[in-house]
Amino acid sequence: MPATYPGTRLSLILAAREIDPEVQRAAWEVLVSVYWRPVYGRLRLKWRAQPADAEDLAQEFFARAMERGFFDDYDPAKARFRTFLRLCLDRFAAKARREERRLKRGGGLVHLPLDFAGVERELDTALHQGSEADEDEWFDREWVRSLFSDAVEALRTSCAGTPREIRFRVFERYDLLPAGDGDRPSYRALAQELGLPGTQITNHLAWARRELRALVLERLRVLSGSDAEVREEAAALLGAGGG
Amino acid sequence: MTLPDDAVRHLRRVLREPELPGDRYLLEEPVGSGGMGTVYRAYDRALDRHVALKVLRPDVADPGAAARLEREARILARLEHPGIVPVHDAGILADGRVFYVMKLVRGERLERLAARATLTELLRTFLRVCETVGFAHARGVVHRDLKPSNVMVGSFGEVLVLDWGIARVMREEPEGSHPGELPGGGGAPQDPARDADTAPGAILGTPGFMAPEQANGWSHLVDARTDVYALGAILRDLVGRRDGGRVAPRPLASVWTRALAPEPADRYPSAEALAADLTRFLDGEPVLAHRERLSERAGRLFRKYQTAIILVLTYLAIRFLFLALRGL
Repeated sequence: MPATYPGTRLSLILAAREIDPEVQRAAWEVLVSVYWRPVYGRLRLKWRAQPADAEDLAQEFFARAMERGFFDDYDPAKARFRTFLRLCLDRFAAKARREERRLKRGGGLVHLPLDFAGVERELDTALHQGSEADEDEWFDREWVRSLFSDAVEALRTSCAGTPREIRFRVFERYDLLPAGDGDRPSYRALAQELGLPGTQITNHLAWARRELRALVLERLRVLSGSDAEVREEAAALLGAGGG
Repeated sequence: MTLPDDAVRHLRRVLREPELPGDRYLLEEPVGSGGMGTVYRAYDRALDRHVALKVLRPDVADPGAAARLEREARILARLEHPGIVPVHDAGILADGRVFYVMKLVRGERLERLAARATLTELLRTFLRVCETVGFAHARGVVHRDLKPSNVMVGSFGEVLVLDWGIARVMREEPEGSHPGELPGGGGAPQDPARDADTAPGAILGTPGFMAPEQANGWSHLVDARTDVYALGAILRDLVGRRDGGRVAPRPLASVWTRALAPEPADRYPSAEALAADLTRFLDGEPVLAHRERLSERAGRLFRKYQTAIILVLTYLAIRFLFLALRGL
């Protein structure tokens, strides 16, 4: 289930202690949904935590960050929110290592239903050839993947059970294929497969891409620390202004 | 769900593509990107043909860039000439960016041609660039970013001068008029609001091809001779590329040297004057920019009348031989 997005900047919500707990909870859901994979991956790659330890530390990181306001000190003028979160995570992991803390699963904290085993499969190669640059790159790449995955999931949810479902189906069959461009079906073949006029493929794809772009931008606005950061991330990811 | 790498890459690419209004144009692939815009090949469903669609690059933060792209489309639309890409359509993307649609040009950049063309072919091609630039000057437009990569040579030898993004409109021409030559001696653009990016001190252009008055931001001195300077730089660059360091004929070097004079008053007054002097060189005539020595003159006349001279000498040699044999 994709996160329900709060209407304003996540970093501001996280820092504002007096804010409505429901809004704050929604903000945390957003944060966790986009960041849990990069966080877990960094604990495995940079800190060489064993899978069970990395899983527990990731869970604990989010829980402690919420309880203790890790992000209260965030200053958008100094760094991107993503960079700041990574620094918080490294500080947290270093402290945990110093204390040789090994939490038992659950550890008395809220346990988030996250697919750590899935990430573990993708980490295999990176674990054997990782350098510090690779660790940062992996963190950023997983952040992008999580951002797009969350936005696609939101699009799927918004289309489910509505007349727009066919639009998502076209989008899924064409844009979400794990294939190179040469392996994608032609618009004509896809139209035949789905029983649609050829022109509808173009229209449905254009609609779905427009919606997805808006959803990604919405997430960027929420997850970034400043308007400048939104514009920078949007230009890098989509070649678009943050609006 | 977690998207695979291929899907994320693909989504990032398709979401970068401009979102066009309506369904007339179907974007196919980017075919070029410059300092200001990206050019896509697109299919025009209404007219069943491929076109080029230029759109402002989304990462261009310069607030004047959108106005420049829009102005470029308007300038191209007013310059109807075989050497200038015709504009078919213009509009605004869903995200507010400007785009325009033009003829899809197929061919190669001038510098690539330089590597394999003969000197005569190259100079004849260059003359067509001068002719196009001269036409723009006659319409009151100075290009200001002439360089080999902004000239495309088509498969039939047709020449197209591209990238009029920083062109300066010196004066408006009424529709259907037949204006005379662009006045030299500098002068402000007729409507400064149309030329906001060329305010005094603004420097736009390409180092190595920019005239001193342009490189120094003295925009009030910019006129047709600013393009003459760039044409001289192009000529020097092309001949240099082709000859790979070999010394060019002195009269030819004198042509570009005059075009590259630091003072506008010392240059050719127009692109046509430059072209005329270069034509003299091609025709074996004395070049105005070059005071030739006696030996150079003899060499030039020999090259020009080579066939006739050889025929006469052959005749004389045979005649002499004949007479000599008879005397034996």
